[in-house]
Amino acid sequence: MKPAPFEYHAPDSLEAALALRAEHGDEAKALAGGQSLIPAMNFRIAQPALLVDLNGVDELRFIRMEGDELRIGAMTTQNTLERSELAAKHQPLLFETVPFVAHPQIRNRGTLGGSIAHADPAAELPVAAVALDARMKAQSVDGERWIPAKQFFQGFFTVDLQPNEYLTEIAFPAMPPRTGWSFMEVARRHGDYAMCGVAARVTLDGKGKCKAARLVYLNVGEGPVDAEGAAALLVGEKITPESSAAAAEKASAEISPFGSVHASPEYQTHLARVLTKRALRRAHERAQAAS
Amino acid sequence: MTDSLKLHFTINGQEHHGEAEPRLLLVDYIRHHLGLTGSHVGCEHGVCGACTILLDGQPVRSCLMFAVQANGREIRTVESLGTPEAMHLLQEAFHAAHGLQCGFCTPGFLMTLVPYLEEHPNPSEDEIRHAISGNICRCTGYQHIVDAIVLAAQKMNA
Ligand SMILES: Cc1cc2nc3c(=O)[nH]c(=O)nc-3n(C[C@H](O)[C@H](O)[C@H](O)COP(=O)(O)OP(=O)(O)OC[C@H]3O[C@@H](n4cnc5c(N)ncnc54)[C@H](O)[C@@H]3O)c2cc1C
Ligand code: FES
Ligand code: FES
Repeated sequence: MKPAPFEYHAPDSLEAALALRAEHGDEAKALAGGQSLIPAMNFRIAQPALLVDLNGVDELRFIRMEGDELRIGAMTTQNTLERSELAAKHQPLLFETVPFVAHPQIRNRGTLGGSIAHADPAAELPVAAVALDARMKAQSVDGERWIPAKQFFQGFFTVDLQPNEYLTEIAFPAMPPRTGWSFMEVARRHGDYAMCGVAARVTLDGKGKCKAARLVYLNVGEGPVDAEGAAALLVGEKITPESSAAAAEKASAEISPFGSVHASPEYQTHLARVLTKRALRRAHERAQAAS
Repeated sequence: MTDSLKLHFTINGQEHHGEAEPRLLLVDYIRHHLGLTGSHVGCEHGVCGACTILLDGQPVRSCLMFAVQANGREIRTVESLGTPEAMHLLQEAFHAAHGLQCGFCTPGFLMTLVPYLEEHPNPSEDEIRHAISGNICRCTGYQHIVDAIVLAAQKMNA
């Protein structure tokens, strides 16, 4: 099928883009990489009346350090991110996650901001953002506000953005010292949306015990699923096969997979258990290496 | 209908001026307005890769862009590679190694691989399979495509 007609605007500044958003509200849908929006339009699942193409807004394409935070403009492509030395050095978990998103041809157009704003429960980058305690910058003609990742994702394809706001920037705070990380997923083919995936983060104390942990899952709930109970079980413990298995068991009760033609909920839960143990082992090794 | 907008881009080395309704997909513009039917339309949602073209040198899905978004950009389609008499090295390798049967998927594979081989002149078989994971072929079972890419890399390095 072909997209329904729409009015097209291609502003060349953020100011002009936000003015269109202020004037038309929710009608003024942002067109970022188009790698989720255009398929939906081709099938007429989405029929926006007005598109604001952000590809000409160069001020939304940047990767830079501010203090010890990595700041990334919403229109930075996934391809730019996976080649960024700054990202590799300062946000290795994010860096390691990007190549799991779709195929290179998709990542050449798809953006970080588009993936975060789209909030597909099966998407990798929102999971990385929650695991890393990222903050999202929402801007309107009236000003800006910063929203913690956990509050930003509000369920199926739903985020905390007002009808006059666009997402303009994502900030990733530095990970604490003695922290290890891992991202793992299982997909039927490389580049497909995964049946389950996890971002794990482990911080060790001076004695080698777990001081803090995060376990965040994809495609097993309405958005990124932060298994706080499982992570809490690890705090104060050594990361061992036994403590990891206990965390995996707890996490399997915190997720709520829906199942699909490719994977039953039981199979997704099985994947979550296995991935939790593997990701914790890898994150622990890295935390030890960083100690 | 919404009004048509002006277009200006370079395609296969030629400047092009035209116009298109905003909702017209780039691949449809290339096929129907420019008559370059080498880029194929398989799925229209980014999955099959048959419509892959180069946009400023990078492979992208031309079914997931509007023609108006190509303004000021440089496009290359499979027609820029070679002719039946003087094939591109990669096309020759596909020919020699039987990298195609019906050929529907081939333009997408070629346009994915041209920049890939420039960046990775010596890919392993695993890396090759990874590189073509975004292109679907319903005929070959992929083995001969992989063979063709290995052959092309060997020729490139010879
Ligand atoms: C074949 C295929 C496979 C894929 N596989 C995966 C995968 O495995 N994992 C994965 O995570 N993704 C996958 N994707 C999706 C891809 O990562 C998209 O790039 C991403 O989901 C959306 O980013 P985009 O820049 O393309 O946004 P768009 O498609 O342009 O926009 C998506 C939505 O976000 C809104 N939006 C975009 N930017 C902003 C902004 N700055 N402010 C407010 N709203 C905004 C748009 O209005 C739209 O509603 C796949 C896509 C395809 C076609
Ligand atoms: S037609 Fe574009 S990817 Fe299938
Ligand atoms: S040769 Fe027929 S689809 Fe690939």
